[in-house]
Amino acid sequence: MTPAKRTSYEGVVLAVPVTVPYQRFSIESAQWWLGRALRALAQSAGISHRQFDGFALASFTTAPDTAIGLTQHFGLSPRWLDHVPMGGVSGIISLRRAARAVQAGDASIVACVAGDTNHVDTFRRTLANFSRFAQDAVYPHGAGGANASFALIARNYMNRFGARREDFGKLCVTQRANALRNPNALMKKPLTLDQYMAARPVADPIHLFDCVMPCAGAEAFLVMREETAKSLGLSFARVLSTIERHHAFAEDDVQYRGGWAYDIGELYAMAGIQAGDVDLVQTYDDYPVISMMQFEDLGFCGKGEGPDFVRGHSFEIDGSFPHNTSGGQLSVGQAGAAGGHLGIVECMRQVMGIAGPTQVGRARIGLASGFGMINYDRGLSSGAVILAGESR
Amino acid sequence: MTRPIAPSKRKDPLARTPRPLLPPSARSRTAHGLTLAAAEGRFALQRCEECHTFLYPPRDACPHCLSHDLPFTDAPVGGTLVAGTTIRVTNDTYFRERMPWRQGIVAADCGPSIIASLHGGCVEGSSVKLSLQLDKAGQPVAFATPLEETSNMRDDPQLRELTADPKHRRILITDGRNPVAPALAKALLRAEATHVFVGVAEAWKPFAGEADLRAIEGVEIVPLDLTDEQSVADLAADIGAKVDILVNTADHTRPVHIFDKGAARRLTETLDATLAGAMRLAQAFGPVMLARGADGTNSAVAWVNLLSVYALAAQPAFGTMSVSHAACLSLSHWLRTELRPGGVRLMNVFTGPLDTEWYQTVPPPKVAPGQLAEAVVDGLRRGLEEIYVGDAARDICARLAANPKALEREGGL
Amino acid sequence: MSARDDAADVVLVQLAGLVADGGLKLVDLTHTLSPDFPTIVMPPEFGQSAPFRMERISCYDGDGPAWYWNNISFGEHTGTHFDAPIHWYTGKDLPLNTVDTLPTRDMIAPANVIDCSRQSAADADFLLGVEDILAWEREHGLIAPRSWVLLRTDWSKKTGRDYANLLDDGAHTPGPDADVIRWLVTERDIIGFGTETIGTDAGQAGHFSPPYPAHHFLHGAGRYGLQCLANLDQLPPKGAVVIAAPLKIRHGSGSPLRVLALIAA
Repeated sequence: MTPAKRTSYEGVVLAVPVTVPYQRFSIESAQWWLGRALRALAQSAGISHRQFDGFALASFTTAPDTAIGLTQHFGLSPRWLDHVPMGGVSGIISLRRAARAVQAGDASIVACVAGDTNHVDTFRRTLANFSRFAQDAVYPHGAGGANASFALIARNYMNRFGARREDFGKLCVTQRANALRNPNALMKKPLTLDQYMAARPVADPIHLFDCVMPCAGAEAFLVMREETAKSLGLSFARVLSTIERHHAFAEDDVQYRGGWAYDIGELYAMAGIQAGDVDLVQTYDDYPVISMMQFEDLGFCGKGEGPDFVRGHSFEIDGSFPHNTSGGQLSVGQAGAAGGHLGIVECMRQVMGIAGPTQVGRARIGLASGFGMINYDRGLSSGAVILAGESR
Repeated sequence: MTRPIAPSKRKDPLARTPRPLLPPSARSRTAHGLTLAAAEGRFALQRCEECHTFLYPPRDACPHCLSHDLPFTDAPVGGTLVAGTTIRVTNDTYFRERMPWRQGIVAADCGPSIIASLHGGCVEGSSVKLSLQLDKAGQPVAFATPLEETSNMRDDPQLRELTADPKHRRILITDGRNPVAPALAKALLRAEATHVFVGVAEAWKPFAGEADLRAIEGVEIVPLDLTDEQSVADLAADIGAKVDILVNTADHTRPVHIFDKGAARRLTETLDATLAGAMRLAQAFGPVMLARGADGTNSAVAWVNLLSVYALAAQPAFGTMSVSHAACLSLSHWLRTELRPGGVRLMNVFTGPLDTEWYQTVPPPKVAPGQLAEAVVDGLRRGLEEIYVGDAARDICARLAANPKALEREGGL
Repeated sequence: MSARDDAADVVLVQLAGLVADGGLKLVDLTHTLSPDFPTIVMPPEFGQSAPFRMERISCYDGDGPAWYWNNISFGEHTGTHFDAPIHWYTGKDLPLNTVDTLPTRDMIAPANVIDCSRQSAADADFLLGVEDILAWEREHGLIAPRSWVLLRTDWSKKTGRDYANLLDDGAHTPGPDADVIRWLVTERDIIGFGTETIGTDAGQAGHFSPPYPAHHFLHGAGRYGLQCLANLDQLPPKGAVVIAAPLKIRHGSGSPLRVLALIAA
């Protein structure tokens, strides 16, 4: 069975990148954060939120509400609705589904909104109830949460490919430097490699600065056809190609590659570019080892060459490989499911040329990726999107 | 090599006793297939009946062929530790008190990658032995130990959390008149229990094993009459907070025919000595053991009930005993639930006919007291919930599973 | 009202007055009923006498906010207790042989206290014989009909294991020999026989002929037994009056009871 050739995303665009500035803890609900994101979308687009006829929601903390309940809460009357509770890939997945919906005419303007609150005990509760496999077979072993799971993945990766903590540290330190230029980043203090190396261990080899900080916040963008954007007078980013994959490489004892490696050929073929044409990359960086894995799996170097790739490049906004220019989740914060939208929104700003203090000089083509859902021993889901500026 | 744990110092009377906490206890219903295996000390995983693949974590459909026929099957225990970590930070209150905690991914020889808690001696890249253990919440967890036995292996803090090792713990054997009491006391002391209290009712009445018991160093005879509420309460008042493992040896085996005059009274006597006795023990010793579930090296850790395997299937020749032990088994299940918040585990020891006077007329195989005692120690060291001692007990258990009607028609023999 | 009735009234008034002012002393011959008091032991395949047990019903608590009470249970032959003739097969067909039909006039009777405490201290298996009775009578006079003979051994001062004194060949406690009870019943017409030990018979009396002669002859003749008595050392050899009224249990073979002795102060 030969897969059908995929329809191009020609004419589908993303507009109005929105970030609701994060807070470490919030006494507000997820609904409050999502409502603020919707309002910012409407205000920036210059239309009423009632004109959003598509709504894609990503959140962990709206319980007991689903997206349907939120339409009444927010006064929406969409003809296309999706609830994407898929953690770090929910941004890519929302985007993919919304793109096809507007392309087919099922919806005209889809609001892709992601946000979560962070009450003092939210994180612990989310961990304990994350998945059946985690509940049955992971959490009872020390209740280390994602830190422990990624510790095993990082440990294996280090054993297998010779990565060192210093390599991970280089990424973290650089992202902090980038974050210092992003007024919305929660991390405001510079980070040195010495500080990184001396940080307290969390779950060996994961140390404090390898971990994202859970927080409250929201990210959002609109998906529409190019002509809709033009009629509303909105600038936009073009979608060149996307991929999505779940539970790839089940045969690997311990995860050392993500689903991107499976689909990478298609990603670049559909976009009509090579990896070398990408001007900036926003990886899903819940831990630096995953960013390193993505450099390999997204085709910037071969498998196992991640450590050398990191040693050979600079990742600042003006570096040889601009990466996680907003500071990424490691330095901006992880606002629950919004973490999967953060890179997309930053990538939009970059290729639209509106990133301001974090703007990369030459930013015609950007790549943003998503990763997520440690159901048991590995992240099951991967996704990526290549965006280009309006002029392309 | 594991660093040997030191015996507990005498308790600082000014120090607060930590309240017992439990590890995360949510499990899917399917995962309780692991509970069943762990309770008996077996390593069993789901194995697809159609494609014969071993699966983990527990599922309701085979990811290879989507069969839903996935019985838990004893599995090879070997595996390789691929990657390990030492967790030092958690938000969970139970584990927070027990940090650091070692966890790793074991590539099981039979297929699946198994996230397991690790014995301190496990080394990345080396072979390990997998087991299923019951944690303080009574829920199953995978555990990996090094292949080679090393010294003081059982003193590993994580393993000790998952077992009820008698080492450095204080024991109460409730009925010293039970002929198994001396053997039990000796075995537990050999297992480095610090002290063995042995309850004796009606101290004015001498009994056969008395001299033997008194001669054992580390044994202290205490007055305990399970048929007397006050006696049980009085002993609990004296030593309740010093009992880390309670071994209930109460028994009252008397051959009675159901149509005998006085059979009902015999039953009542038997129930008073065993069932009501166990209830009195639970009432007097249960609350304090529950409160001492996290009280350091010699925390309260286990309650052991010696039961006849005829608790599971009546043996007409010992009808009153069968009835009373069946009732005691039900009480065991009740008590197990009530002890769980303290992390105190309850082990039922099902035994075939013992090689003692009341089973004089029963032909072999019979269980020698020493054999029973070793099995109790082994069960505690492995943290089990259900053990079967002797060929007769295992035979009854297997036949009960195969066809309870056949067992009934064959008169339970 | 007859003169005889008048005289009885005077005696009762005097009796009450003497008790009140201490001219008469009431000696309690009873042990406290408690769970750990030894009871008679039978081979384990036989039925056993239940020891005294007490379980709380309420104590000003949720089970009874303003009151305290207990449920108690025990065998008929527990603690200081009374044996009725029906207790032994030899008395099974006699009239009025149970505790509920026991004639009330038999509940008060004089007592003769034979002090064998010295012999019992020297020999746990000391046996009381006719010669001992005759010697006692030479000193204190004949034993009157319908009076109790109480064997003082000071055994009641022992506790626990020493009291039961069980060895692997049975109990070793003092008691009457094989003949003396038959003799006391036929020759002296006693109302009953009382001891400080568990049982009216000696510890080894199962080996006598007939076995358990005290039970055999006392109950066969419709006489009574009292056992596990205390404080016999406070009684005079002669002159005490014993009040022994067992519980009125339908068809009962015996019962724990409060045994009192009236003595001149």
